[in-house]
Amino acid sequence: MSSIGTGYDLSASTFSPDGRVFQVEYAMKAVENSSTAIGIRCKDGIVFGVEKLVLSKLYEQGSNKRIFNIDRHVGMAVAGLLADARSLAEVAREEAANFRSNYGHDIPLKHLSDRVAMYVHAYTLYSAVRPFGCSFILGSYDEDDGPQLYMVDPSGISYGYWGCAIGKAKQAAKTEIEKLQMKDMTCRELVKEVAKIIYIVHDEVKDKSFELELSWVGEVTKGRHEVVPKDIREEAEKYAKDALEEEDDSDEDNM
Amino acid sequence: MLEESGGPCWLSEEVKTGTTIIGVEFDGGIVLGSDSRVSAGASVVNRVMNKLSLLHDKIYCALSGSAADAQTIAEIVNYQLDVHSVELGEDPLVRSAATLVKNISYKYKEELSAHLIVAGWDRRKGGQVYVTLNGLLSRQPFAVGGSGSSYIYGFVDAEYRKGMSRRETQEFVVNALTLAMSRDGSSGGVAYLVTIDETGTEEKCILGNDLPKFFDQ
Repeated sequence: MSSIGTGYDLSASTFSPDGRVFQVEYAMKAVENSSTAIGIRCKDGIVFGVEKLVLSKLYEQGSNKRIFNIDRHVGMAVAGLLADARSLAEVAREEAANFRSNYGHDIPLKHLSDRVAMYVHAYTLYSAVRPFGCSFILGSYDEDDGPQLYMVDPSGISYGYWGCAIGKAKQAAKTEIEKLQMKDMTCRELVKEVAKIIYIVHDEVKDKSFELELSWVGEVTKGRHEVVPKDIREEAEKYAKDALEEEDDSDEDNM
Repeated sequence: MLEESGGPCWLSEEVKTGTTIIGVEFDGGIVLGSDSRVSAGASVVNRVMNKLSLLHDKIYCALSGSAADAQTIAEIVNYQLDVHSVELGEDPLVRSAATLVKNISYKYKEELSAHLIVAGWDRRKGGQVYVTLNGLLSRQPFAVGGSGSSYIYGFVDAEYRKGMSRRETQEFVVNALTLAMSRDGSSGGVAYLVTIDETGTEEKCILGNDLPKFFDQ
C-alpha cells in the first residue's frame, strides 16, 4: 500500500497535490518499523510496557532503555528512531525543569505534552531539517488531577488517552487494550495485563528474543515515575507467560 | 531649608511607599491589608494610594519599599500570569505567582528595593500567603512587611490564632494596620483590605475615622 510521492516527497516544506506532507508520513512509517510500546491509564496511575527487541546476545542487559524519566512525576515511553527519541526526551526534560524553575511547581502533563508537540511540529515545517522519526507516550500522576496519559506523533499532534499503543504491533495491542476495563483497575492489576499484552503482540517468528521494560507512576509510587520493582515484574511476566500457554492449549483443543 | 539649590528636598528624595502591609490566611482564604501613605522624604506624596495590586483574579500582592520598583514588579508578574494562565488553560497557583515575583526580586536584588507579600486562593491548596523579601520564598500563616511592621510584630505574634473565621481575620488585619499607622510616621491614611476565597475577591476601604480606636492619650 506504499504510495509513492514522486517529487512531492523530497522535503517537509512541500505539500502534495492531494494535500499530504509525505515526509511526515514517512517519519510515521519509521515508527511503525520499531517494536511496540504501550501505555495504559487506570484509576490510580499509569503503566508503561515496551517490547524491547534484543538484536544481539552480546548486548548488556538493560542497555538502550526505551522508557525515560522526564521529571520526578513524568515518564516517557518511545517507539521509532531511538536517537531522535533521546533528543526529544532531553527537550522534554528541559521544558519540565524550566517550568519548575519559573513557576515553582510540577509541570502539568497537558502543558508539557503541548510544548513538546509544538517542538516536534516545528521540524515538519522546513526543508532544512527532517521530522523526528519517533512517537512517544507521556504519563504522569498527580494527587489533584489524577493519572494522565498523552501521546505525541511525528506530525506534532498530541492526544490524551486512556490507553494507547505505538510501534509495529499497535493495531493488535490496541485491540487487546480495548478489552480491558482500565477505569476500574489499580496499577498492581494493570501491570500484569500490560505484560500480558506485550507478550501477546510479540511475534515469535519474525523477532527472536526481547526484553520487557515495565515502568509505572501512580498512587502506588506516591507520584514518582519508577521502574517496576523486580519481584512485581517477575510476577507479571509469569502471569503473561501462563496466559499465553493457556491460549495455545485452548487453540489445540479446537482441533 | 537654608539651602535652596537643587530645588525642594522632596523632589530629589526617592519615592518610597514606607508602608505597613499584612497578609493573613484563614480557613478557606486570605485577607491582605495595607495603609495608603506614599512619602518622598518628609512629604506625603499620596495619602490614598491602594498598595494592594492585582496579579490575577484570585491572587493579589501587597507592595512595600520603593514605589516604582514594587509597582513594576507587580505589573510584570501580572503580565506573566496572564500568559501562563492562557497556556495552562486554568487559573494559576498562588505558588506560581509568588515564584515569579521571587525570581525577579532575587535576580535584581542589588538594583531593586521592594518587598511584595503575595497572597491568594487556588483550588489545590486554598488560601496561601507567601513572603518574597530579598528574593526568598516562604509560605507563612501570616506575614507583615514595610516600615510600619516593626511596630506591630509583638501585637501580631500575641494576637494571631490559628483557625480564625473570615470576619475575625479581617478584624485582626484592621487592628494591626491601625496600630502600625498610628506609630509609624511613614504609614497612615486609610486602610485597604482585600479578602479572597473560593467565591471571589472583595475589596474594602476603611476610612480614617472608621478605624478602631486604641490608646491615644
